[in-house]
Amino acid sequence: MTFLRLEGLTKRFGEMAAVDGLSLTIERGEMLSLLGPSGSGKTTTLRLLAGFESPDQGRVMVEGDDVTRLEPVTRRFGMVFQHYALFPHLDVAQNLAFGLESLGVSGEELERRVARALALVDLAGFERRRIGQLSGGQQQRVALARALAPEPRVLLLDEPLSNLDPSLRERTRREIRELIRRVGITTVLVTHEQDEAFDLGDRVAVLRRGRLEQVGTPEDLYASPANEFVAEFVGRSSSIGVMILGPADRGLRVIIEGAEWDLTDTNAAPAGPALMVVRPEALRLMSPAPRALIGTVTERRFTGAASLFTILTEGGASLEVTGPPRSVRAGERVGIMPSRRAGGGIHLFPRALP
Amino acid sequence: MTRIRRVELLGGVLLLLLIWLIVYPLILVLIEGFRGPQGWTLDFVRSFLQPHEASALWGSVWISLVSVLLAAMVGIPLAFLFGRYDFPGRKILGWLVALPAVLPPLVGVIAFLFLYGESGFVSLMIQRLLGLEQPPWMLQGAGAILLVHAYSMYVYFYLFTRAGLASLDASVLEAAASLGAGRWRTLRRVVLPLLYPSLGGAALLTFMTSLASFSAPYIFGGGFRVMTTQIVATRLNGDDELAMIETVSLTMVALIALWMLRGPRRLDSLAGGRKGMAPVRVRVQRRGVRLALALLGWGLAVLLLLPHLTLLLVSFVPLGTWTTEPLPPAYTWRNYLTLLEDPVRARPLFNSLWLASASTVAAVAIALAAGILSVRSRVPGRGLIEGLLALPWAVPGTVFAIALATAFSVRAPLAGRFVLVGTLWILPLAYLVRNLPITSRAVLAGFRALDPSLDEAAATLGAGRWRTLRQVTLPLLRPALLAGASLAFVTAFGDFVTSIMLYTYDTRPISLEILSSLRQSDVGVAAAYGVVLMAVSAAVFALGADQGSGG
Ligand SMILES: Nc1ncnc2c1ncn2[C@@H]1O[C@H](COP(=O)(O)OP(=O)(O)O)[C@@H](O)[C@H]1O
Ligand SMILES: [Mg+2]
Repeated sequence: MTFLRLEGLTKRFGEMAAVDGLSLTIERGEMLSLLGPSGSGKTTTLRLLAGFESPDQGRVMVEGDDVTRLEPVTRRFGMVFQHYALFPHLDVAQNLAFGLESLGVSGEELERRVARALALVDLAGFERRRIGQLSGGQQQRVALARALAPEPRVLLLDEPLSNLDPSLRERTRREIRELIRRVGITTVLVTHEQDEAFDLGDRVAVLRRGRLEQVGTPEDLYASPANEFVAEFVGRSSSIGVMILGPADRGLRVIIEGAEWDLTDTNAAPAGPALMVVRPEALRLMSPAPRALIGTVTERRFTGAASLFTILTEGGASLEVTGPPRSVRAGERVGIMPSRRAGGGIHLFPRALP
Repeated sequence: MTRIRRVELLGGVLLLLLIWLIVYPLILVLIEGFRGPQGWTLDFVRSFLQPHEASALWGSVWISLVSVLLAAMVGIPLAFLFGRYDFPGRKILGWLVALPAVLPPLVGVIAFLFLYGESGFVSLMIQRLLGLEQPPWMLQGAGAILLVHAYSMYVYFYLFTRAGLASLDASVLEAAASLGAGRWRTLRRVVLPLLYPSLGGAALLTFMTSLASFSAPYIFGGGFRVMTTQIVATRLNGDDELAMIETVSLTMVALIALWMLRGPRRLDSLAGGRKGMAPVRVRVQRRGVRLALALLGWGLAVLLLLPHLTLLLVSFVPLGTWTTEPLPPAYTWRNYLTLLEDPVRARPLFNSLWLASASTVAAVAIALAAGILSVRSRVPGRGLIEGLLALPWAVPGTVFAIALATAFSVRAPLAGRFVLVGTLWILPLAYLVRNLPITSRAVLAGFRALDPSLDEAAATLGAGRWRTLRQVTLPLLRPALLAGASLAFVTAFGDFVTSIMLYTYDTRPISLEILSSLRQSDVGVAAAYGVVLMAVSAAVFALGADQGSGG
């Protein structure tokens, strides 16, 4: 059942629409990631949800109730701010009590619920610590506990990991995911990191320039991106112009810089010029051969079991290809073919000739 | 949306209040300055063809320019000494050297009088040593004024330069060194240009302070008049119209100076975007150099603090006992006891305390309202509100005294004019107006430094505006509020320039009592009051600074 619904939300700052006709539905207990490059309107969307901005058009509905004009104070949406916004003059317990006091909780009940919220984020015993004495990771958890303590209807997280050391991020991400699953709260999370969005979100909404490009499960987005922007933004990929000739014996026949490939595992597309967005693992390297795309290795990067090669084609495009480590050297001339297990890693998007 | 309207309404009320307090009196003076008894005149121009008027105005200007130069010559090297080198006693000396900043100008002036005046400590000593008939010099005229100015205003250059030095990025200096720039070239091509904004700020502050300076010219000027003393003299002569004209002309000079010196302050952003470490102090290794630096530092500090030590000494001297001896022959608590026991002489102390407290409370309240409305709620017209709050800074105190005396000596309630002159209320009002810039500057800076998402966090946690203000904003603003309040209190407590024109017998403040004690040659009581002024100012300031950094 739909719990939270955004209906055609639009917010303009001057001429520019920071959020442009955004519609989304979020199920009860679902975790939705808002993913997009910097400036795509993620924070604005979150602030519209929290009530700090009022939309020029559109509505925010919770369980069928219109909350668009509700003040943040009465909206009961919890929020974790990008820089945490913990009250530096209060200790940890007082920070956690702040929202509960707004609800009129006091005395032993207050203490009990503060302790419970602290235990939730694994910080039992930290009640009397000053905010300044906490590490970044601990501050983040206090901020999360503070937002959750008054049991809000929706939890909003703005780039929750961006202020942490890279070494801490992965662990904190796991902790956040488990915690939110355990609490079962409906959550909207904003990030510009694809990893985070995919790892934390049940579904991911990709934004560009305030518009929704696509929303779906991480698998959906990866396997069938709706357009070039999503294909390029989601996962590692490179792109190159191709000419689609039409159906062949096996799959779809395309010409890339004179090389003829038959693509078996790609989306259907009409004949004509197109942009091919291709993941590195969907290509393979071989010695130069008639049907192969010819290029020169410009760079080799170790990524563990396999290496990532950058190939400059004769036509001037740059493609990334995965291959066994040490299979080719920089400067070597190689051929590229689609790998036999492309695994949905090649996408064609028709476009007009430049 | 009604909430927005209420905020805007409050913004409008604040704006009106500021206009009534600050702009309206100035405009009234301007009008009266251009309007003779028979309508509009150009007396304004004519009076400046009179030689003594023109020379007073010119005196104000050149004294201010030379003061800037002298203050820079003392303050900048001192800042480099304490900011860049490490030597024994650096910390405490560095702090002591900044002390004159918080002392009321009048205290510095009378301290100088006791030290270098005709019958001052140093003058007498030299006279005896050389066996002269006369004192070796007269502490009078332009030279004396400049001496006092240089002495009390070097602090601006000292503090601004030190702040500038501290905000330099060490890696920039290292980059210069790695590019082969020697010490001298680094100083000239890198350090000084980066310090320009700080130096510009200090120059502007010194110029404006010295243009508005009243205590030094009043006590030491003798026949040499600057515009501030000229205005007071004209007014005491009963020629109110000429006083208005003079007031208008001094205001114009102040505003022109402000406008011309604005340039360097725009560069604030240059030094502002600071990242990285401040340069470490050069730890002086060579024993001899270390010793020399320490001696230099201590010597300077003693020289700079000598006037205040003298004041302290004089405050313990019984009436009429210290005549020609190098050190006082007798000491007593009598002067201080007089302050406490004689109700007539104790009165100014209580007057100054309540006047300063009342004006401080009002200034903080207005600054707080301005912060909430301008920084937080971003009401329309916030630029104007902040501009008005800063305006009295550019206008000499004498001018405001005249303006308030003009505006509030007439009963015309519909025109917003009431008779306040001669009542208890005119002095707190004058102090308030004079304190608004410095208090609101501290408080507004505090508001700007607050992370606005703290307010939003409070809102998502269900706290209304009032609870957020009480439990989040005010506690976090405490340092800024205390800093603003202590500055306001200290300024009002030691005020001389506005008081001398607006006080009544019942509200006579300490500064006026010092003056009248001096006139009666009751030097000990004058010094004792000077010490009280000094001690209370330093204590309040230290309290504000301490709470400010600790809270
Ligand atoms: N208060 C504001 N006033 C004017 N422009 C704003 C404001 N907030 C955001 N914007 C603009 O709206 C766009 C989207 O911003 P934001 O929502 O912060 O993006 P994101 O969080 O995805 O980086 C940006 O171009 C930003 O400059
Ligand atoms: Mg953002």
